Amino acid sequence: MSGYLAVLVVVLIFVVIFQIAKASEYVSILKGEKKARQQSNRVNGFLLIIFLLLGLIGVYYCNDALKGKIFFEAASEQGEGIDNMIKWTLWITGIVFIITQILLFWFSFKYQEKEGQQAFYFPHNNKLELIWTVIPAIALTILVAIGLRHWFRITSDAPKDAAVVEITGKQFNWLIRYPGKDGQLGRKFFKNINDANNPVGQDWDDQLNKDDFMATEMHLVVGKPVKLIIGSRDVIHDVGLSHFRLKMDAVPGIPTTLWFTPKYTTAEMKDKTGNPDFVYEISCDQMCGSGHYSMKANIVVETQEEFDAWTAKQVAQYGVAHPAETPAAPLATPAATDTTQKVVAANEAK
Amino acid sequence: MSNEATLHSQEVIHGAAHAHDHGHGHDDHEHHEGGFISKYVFSLDHKTIAKQFLITGIIWAIIGAFFSVLFRLQLGFPDATFPWLESILGHWAKGGRITPEAYYALVTMHGTILVFFVLTAGLSGTFSNLLIPLQVGARDMASPLMNCMSYWAFFLASVVMMASLFVQTGPASGGWTSYPPLSALGDASIGSKIGMDLWLISMALFVVSQLLGGLNYISTILNMRTKGMTMTKMPLTIWSFFFTAVLGVLSFPVLLSGFILLLFDRHAGTSFYLSDLFVAGKALSNEGGSAILYQHLFWFLGHPEVYIIILPAMGMVSEILAVNSRKPIFGYLAMVGSMFAIVILAFLVWAHHMFVTGLNPFLGAFFVLLTLLIAVPSAIKVFNWITTIWRGNLRFTPGMLFSIGFVSTFISGGLTGIWLGNSSIDIHLHDTYFVIAHFHIVMGVSAFFGTFAGVYHWFPKMFGRYLNNTLAYIHFWSTLIGAYLIFWPMHYEGIAGMPRRYYDYTSWESFKQFADLNHFISIVVIAVFAAQLLFVFNFFYSIFKGRKVTTTNPWNSTTLEWTTPINPGHGNWPGEIPEVYRWPYDYSKNGKDFVPQTVPLSPDEEKEGHH
Repeated sequence: MSGYLAVLVVVLIFVVIFQIAKASEYVSILKGEKKARQQSNRVNGFLLIIFLLLGLIGVYYCNDALKGKIFFEAASEQGEGIDNMIKWTLWITGIVFIITQILLFWFSFKYQEKEGQQAFYFPHNNKLELIWTVIPAIALTILVAIGLRHWFRITSDAPKDAAVVEITGKQFNWLIRYPGKDGQLGRKFFKNINDANNPVGQDWDDQLNKDDFMATEMHLVVGKPVKLIIGSRDVIHDVGLSHFRLKMDAVPGIPTTLWFTPKYTTAEMKDKTGNPDFVYEISCDQMCGSGHYSMKANIVVETQEEFDAWTAKQVAQYGVAHPAETPAAPLATPAATDTTQKVVAANEAK
Repeated sequence: MSNEATLHSQEVIHGAAHAHDHGHGHDDHEHHEGGFISKYVFSLDHKTIAKQFLITGIIWAIIGAFFSVLFRLQLGFPDATFPWLESILGHWAKGGRITPEAYYALVTMHGTILVFFVLTAGLSGTFSNLLIPLQVGARDMASPLMNCMSYWAFFLASVVMMASLFVQTGPASGGWTSYPPLSALGDASIGSKIGMDLWLISMALFVVSQLLGGLNYISTILNMRTKGMTMTKMPLTIWSFFFTAVLGVLSFPVLLSGFILLLFDRHAGTSFYLSDLFVAGKALSNEGGSAILYQHLFWFLGHPEVYIIILPAMGMVSEILAVNSRKPIFGYLAMVGSMFAIVILAFLVWAHHMFVTGLNPFLGAFFVLLTLLIAVPSAIKVFNWITTIWRGNLRFTPGMLFSIGFVSTFISGGLTGIWLGNSSIDIHLHDTYFVIAHFHIVMGVSAFFGTFAGVYHWFPKMFGRYLNNTLAYIHFWSTLIGAYLIFWPMHYEGIAGMPRRYYDYTSWESFKQFADLNHFISIVVIAVFAAQLLFVFNFFYSIFKGRKVTTTNPWNSTTLEWTTPINPGHGNWPGEIPEVYRWPYDYSKNGKDFVPQTVPLSPDEEKEGHH
């Protein structure tokens, strides 16, 4: 009922607007074309300058209202460079934005049609055009130079002592594998994949695989570089690390890498953000199907001691896949609980 | 081929027509009988074909925009249910809430429809067809038959795309970019079943339409200009349509090749894009393909595509700003040169969509450099537009207002391109709401503003009537304000890293703080959509009931289309095609308000050397 009422109201508003529009057209015919044009010119000229003023105030207000919702400090050393780059770009583009918008609307207002005003025949001016070719070119050269310096730093080879973690996307969750004590990941092959006990397809003949373990959360040591080996089992995903200001696609068949150094532990971030529920989240940033929006994994950044304690509790996937050979192993939880199902179930419950 | 030969128009002697051997002499009789079918359906008149493109585009725009309203309901009101949704979408909105599958289908179709069917076919299809013959002084296109086929190929593409909305498994739902393997495997996504095949077939037909149209535009501009119309005397609109057509003809075939390989992967067991896959509980046999190859093929069209969308808008805005400022466009040659630079660079920047695919960082560096280079010609254009209105005598017709709005949004959206083109910022902002804000402002809103400017400005030429001004002003102001309210705050969501194409953010600790903002944006979306319906109403109402045009040149413009009768027949000029003597921007020169292109140079002008 209220739906029909809403539709009725909208239709009525339309009819009223239309009647006004129709009437004003008749009025302008009576007034004569020139006079009607002068009048609408004045109104629109006024509105243009008001739009400029309110718009600039709106830009300020919007910034004021929303800046608190962004954690404006990168949580990785690499992210600092990116934030720095954003700041430079914001300054340069911000200044250009304000100057050009002011000129555009101010000129529109100032040079609106007036009785006796003659437009200035000004077809070209080589000097002016040269100036506004060269200045943007210089500004952009600066931005490219700073940008590429950061880019090459971010994409450089990871330091030798970097920890290695493998992360594999699948519809719709992340599979995380640690290399274990030997620090080296074992071979894998997609035809070995078995959702019951071998989700990434490890090759059990490879000795390096014996101590590799799977985790439901990614644990990282604060201040220690970590290199992610990124892959996918099915479609393209993307490891999105919003707090660290980084991301990299997970492409089936083509491994990619990304390295960074976390700056703050999860506990420190809870303090900094003032949010006791703060958690580093890995979001999938590449459209991957109907559960894309729920493809999440958490990262815990912690001290070396906490990390070592956590590692000691983990069980090698080899043991999970071969329970008979390692009877002493505690009952392992399935390597990757499907977070999607939980979220989807929660959605359906709504 | 001469103008008179191309068109067997009213005044052409019947016998002379088939003397020219170009294969469609048979349509001769159609113009004389003027039957409904040949006049309105399979018309060969470029003006009618332009209207067909425009009206089809408007219908698609309503559908595409309505889809965005539907998915904005989900984003703005994630906890609410709307029972009426179930009555229109059935099990796709069980209980009054859109399912994730339906959400992704809506997002995908919104993108496909708006990018291809509205802002490519609807924009350049309409105005290239309408304005090229009228402004270069031709009776019709080089091949009216190909032109007609171009529209009907687009119509077929539309029918197939429309049909895909109604298949049981739904339309394509892997995003408008349709990256494989998601789009290749029916097991990976319900939208990648029959819906994806229909999407590919429709897009293939669409490419055919674009090529038929584009070749025609290019050959008409190069070969059929009237006497005196040298290339540098062409209005900037024509230059922009020319560059647009060149871009399309060179890049759409690459897209088609990418689609054909995708069809092979889907149905012929090939592995162009597929390797190492484990889907639906079993390992697939495909090995050795590269999912990234598709992205190269797609973006080789996909990037030029954004210029295919924006260049016609730039051309029309240049023209409309000059006419209504009563001033020549500032820096005509710089405007042409910057468009040319954009066209060249458009082919050299596609991989900036792929910085985070694992692309070699060294290669990425070149794409950063080339991408940011595009900002230089873009900046020249912006400064030239601003200088054009400087010391003008501005008339705020609806077309003029939309042109000013175009420049404003082009600045806002263009500047954020400088952010995203820099790989070290893109690595954070890629596929976030920042990208959504950027491209919606710069190629969505701007291109729409260009289209609206064109519609308001040339409506009198199309239908011999005016649109209602008051409705136009309401339309302009609500759209300008609404567009900024919708897209400006999205930059902040993007900087926070909020990913695009998410059905629901409530379970994300990192992004759920924007729930209020999403709510606000969705409400504005509904209001702006209603304002567009006002335009649609104004458009169709004014075709039949609008104020009649009483003079052939209502805007006091210099270009040739205003030398035709108010309602020109097929052939455009009843007599000889006028000859051109001067460039199209002699406004306020030597104290004269305007001097049409058809007026010979005065002795004084010849002495000082004219453009």
